[in-house]
Parts: sequence; C-alpha cells; structure tokens
Amino acid sequence: MTDTDTDAGTDSDTGADSLPVDSSPVIGRELQLITLEVNGEEYEVITEPRRTLVDILRHELRLTGTHVGCEHGVCGACTVLLDGRPVRACLMFAAQAEGAAIRTVESLSDGADGSELSDLQRAFRSHHGLQCGFCTPGFLMLAEGFLAERPQATKAEIREVVAANLCRCTGYQSIVEAIDSCAAARREGEEK
Amino acid sequence: MKPAPFRYHRARDLAGATRLLAELGEDAKVIAGGQSLVAMMNFRLARPQHLIDIAGLRELDHLGTDADGALRVGALTTHHTVETAPPGTLGAEFEVIRAAMGWIGHLPIRTRGTAGGSVAHADATAEWCLLAVALDAAFLVHGPRGRRRIAAGDFFLGPYTTALDPDELLTEIVFPRPAPYAALTEFAARRGDFAIVSAAVDLDVQGASVRGGRVALGGVAPVPVRVPEAEEVLAGGGSFTACAAAAAAAVEPPDDANGSASYRKQLIATLVRRACEEAVSR
Ligand SMILES: Cc1cc2nc3c(=O)[nH]c(=O)nc-3n(C[C@H](O)[C@H](O)[C@H](O)COP(=O)(O)OP(=O)(O)OC[C@H]3O[C@@H](n4cnc5c(N)ncnc54)[C@H](O)[C@@H]3O)c2cc1C
Ligand code: FES
Ligand code: FES
Repeated sequence: MTDTDTDAGTDSDTGADSLPVDSSPVIGRELQLITLEVNGEEYEVITEPRRTLVDILRHELRLTGTHVGCEHGVCGACTVLLDGRPVRACLMFAAQAEGAAIRTVESLSDGADGSELSDLQRAFRSHHGLQCGFCTPGFLMLAEGFLAERPQATKAEIREVVAANLCRCTGYQSIVEAIDSCAAARREGEEK
Repeated sequence: MKPAPFRYHRARDLAGATRLLAELGEDAKVIAGGQSLVAMMNFRLARPQHLIDIAGLRELDHLGTDADGALRVGALTTHHTVETAPPGTLGAEFEVIRAAMGWIGHLPIRTRGTAGGSVAHADATAEWCLLAVALDAAFLVHGPRGRRRIAAGDFFLGPYTTALDPDELLTEIVFPRPAPYAALTEFAARRGDFAIVSAAVDLDVQGASVRGGRVALGGVAPVPVRVPEAEEVLAGGGSFTACAAAAAAAVEPPDDANGSASYRKQLIATLVRRACEEAVSR
C-alpha cells in the first residue's frame, strides 16, 4: 500500500504529517491493491478491503488447500502460518497480512506436482491422522508452526495445542500420535 | 458470512492513528489483532465504515517492569508474547499474568490477539479484564484531547462497554505493584472457550500467614467485579473455604444457557478456593 496506487487504493497510510484522510462515505465496492508474500512468492491482488485472507488465498490465488469452515475462529480449518506462527486466516483481512510471510499447506510438500509429502504429512498418513481430510490442512499448519516454536513439545502439550482445531471424523488420538512421532523423529534427526 | 464493505486505513504512528480516529469519527473502528472484531464483522454484528489498522504502531508493543516495579503492557502486546516472555521479564512478581494467558482461546488466537484489544472489547469473562480488576491496573489512553489514565475499577461500564471515548486509543495497561501471591483460574465447557465463571485472587502474605487480599470474579455480573465480602474474610484471618463461601453468597450470578445461578455459585465456591490455594503454593 503506497500513496501512489491511487487507481486501486482507497486506503491511506497515515502518520502525523501525511496526506488528507479520505473520510467520504463508503459507497459500494471500493478496491485496494495489496501485495502478499505467500509460500515465498509475491502476489499483487486488487480487491475489496473486506476480503479475508482465507478468501484471497482460495479465490484469487487459487490456493485451495487452505479450507474454510466457520469464519469466526472456532474450527481452525483455515489455519496458516504468518511469519512462522499459526493464525486463523478467516480472522484477518488480507490487507493486514501485507509485509508478512504467509505459508499455506501447499508449501509443505515438494516435487514438481507436490507429491513428495513432508515428514509431517507422512506421519499423518502412517498414523491414520485423517479420514475425510477437511480439517487436515489446518491441523498440519497448526502442528508445523507449533513444532517450530517448541521442538521439545511433550505429548501433553501437543494434546493441548490440537484442542485449537476441530476434527469431526478422525478423532484426536491419531492426530496427536502423528504430530508426536514427527516431533520425535525430527529430534532424533537433530541428534545425529 | 462476509463482512459489510469498509475502507481500510493504516496508521503509521500514534499521532496518525489519533488523527484518523478524530477525522473519521464514530463510523471508524480501530483494528488490533482482529480476533474479536473480525469475527463480529463476519457476523455483521459490527459494520464499521472505516477500519484503522494500528498493528504497525510498534511503540505499543512492549512488555516489562519500570523503575517503580510496575508492569507495563503495551496495548499491542499479544497474549502469545506474554505467554512466552523470557523468565526475567515478568518474574515471580507477575507470574500470575503469564500463567493466565493459557486460558485465552487457543494458540492461533493468542498469536494475534492483543492485551489492549481484550480490555477494549471488554468481554465479561476475558482474562485480561479480570486481571486488571483484581490487580488494580490502570489504563493509559490517548486521544485528541490529550492523555488520561483510567483505573480498572472505572473502566468497565457493562458488557462490551468501556469508559473509552470512540476517538480514544488505549496505549498501555499498568499493573502497579508486584503480585507474587496471585492466581487466576476458571471453568469453561470446552478448553479454550470463554469461561462460565473465572476467579482471580491477589493475597497479602507475611511470613507464612495470609493477612488479606483481593478477590475478583468474572462471569457473575456484566463486568468483572471485586467481592469485598470475600476480601473481609481474608483480612479477618478466615480460611480459604470461608472466603470462597462468602464470595458465592455475595453475588447474584446470571441464570442462562451457560449455567444456572446456583451452578455458578458452586463454581465460585470451588474456583475461589482453588485460586487461593494456587496463589500460596507459588
Ligand atoms: C475462538 C476464540 C476464542 C477466544 N477465547 C477467548 C478467551 O477464552 N478469553 C479471552 O479473553 N478472549 C478470547 N478470545 C478473544 C481474543 O482474546 C481477542 O484477542 C481479544 O478479545 C481482542 O483482541 P484483538 O487484539 O484481537 O482486538 P480486535 O479484535 O482487533 O479489537 C477488539 C475491539 O477492541 C477495539 N480496540 C482494539 N485495540 C484497541 C486499542 N488499542 N484502543 C482502543 N480500542 C481498541 C477494537 O476497535 C474492537 O472494538 C477468543 C477469540 C476467539 C476467536
Ligand atoms: S474458518 Fe477460520 S477458524 Fe473456522
Ligand atoms: S478428517 Fe474429517 S474432519 Fe478431520
């Protein structure tokens, strides 16, 4: 958001000494240019300020791995990493994410077609940590962010953290096992 | 649901935010972490015409004790920053505040939600609001008419209603004195939910005996309240159980879908005792 994107930008970047504030009534669709860094790539989007980060990820960037359930912060299906930390992508406007590094579930796997699953994804598969898969991207990003912050996480701490997200078909036991085994394997890898 | 249209403004500094608030008037709302406001906008319970993003005001993101031993929490300090603060930052004096963070929602809520947003939002069972009332905190506020300081006891006017004027910004929460023998505990239907009842105590301990203290409750009135009847029991050398019973007897909790009045009274009796025991076991 700069002071020069006058075509698309109706927002302002206001300090004590800046340009006049646009306080005219908001009538209909107003557009704004925003720049987002997602999975290491930069994207420019012209959109209404009222679009949430999860809607921009899914509908504009076509990164549909991030799911959306409740839109009020309760289910965790929309969990992504913002500067490495898990956040609810339905509880922030895309404009608020400017300047931050965003990571979605698409960043976990490798290979040309994304078929080389990460260690965390493989742990979910081998521990039967998913059934329908609707909640899985959210749990993966929650776990990815949490383990980065607490590689030493105990099973009790993992149980506590996964209470953040809802899974309605697998049950939590196998999700906890998957995250715990991935954490243990990463710790072992470190020691070697 | 999707929020109603609004115009997005980004404040660069405190003066800029104050100016935006003054010029945009009552149609504008400040957004900090958005963990309450965006949910309300998604439900269209809130439909501000203008949103002023203050997240860039780094001067409001700080945490530490000052020369007088008071803990100063910048309005933009996140729950997660407090929860993960290095041991020296809050110390045993303010461990009660660090420990209370674990009760607020879940990790992805705590990484975004702020202390200032919590008290400005003023949910009746929010942990920050209860801590402020129990520990006699003061709120520093900045507005077009200058700065002022509001005591926690005068700040919460009703559910989601505070003494902040629409053009004022909360900048800092000050916890004036160390609280080494304080604790907060609560009960919620599910982990991470807002509490049905929450209790916080701050005991005055000399040697091995309790000489008095403060008792505060959330979820029993439209705002967090102090319970003088329970505090008198502590000052008179009564037991924790007697103090807890006095607290339960003194209040008229609501009767609603989250719990009947008598259920809440039972929770109060248990939670106040538990908080006292936890406070002296630190
Ligand atoms: C699933 C879920 C569970 C939750 N559980 C809990 C819980 O158990 N306990 C709890 O306490 N909270 C809980 N919360 C709420 C959370 O703690 C919010 O972080 C907090 O209530 C608001 O902080 P915020 O920074 O996100 O504020 P925002 O949502 O950005 O703003 C909230 C309000 O405060 C105003 N405001 C914000 N900052 C300022 C300021 N500096 N000056 C003036 N006005 C300001 C805004 O205009 C708005 O009206 C939960 C939220 C969710 C989504
Ligand atoms: S869609 Fe974001 S938490 Fe449910
Ligand atoms: S796997 Fe179906 S909701 Fe979790």
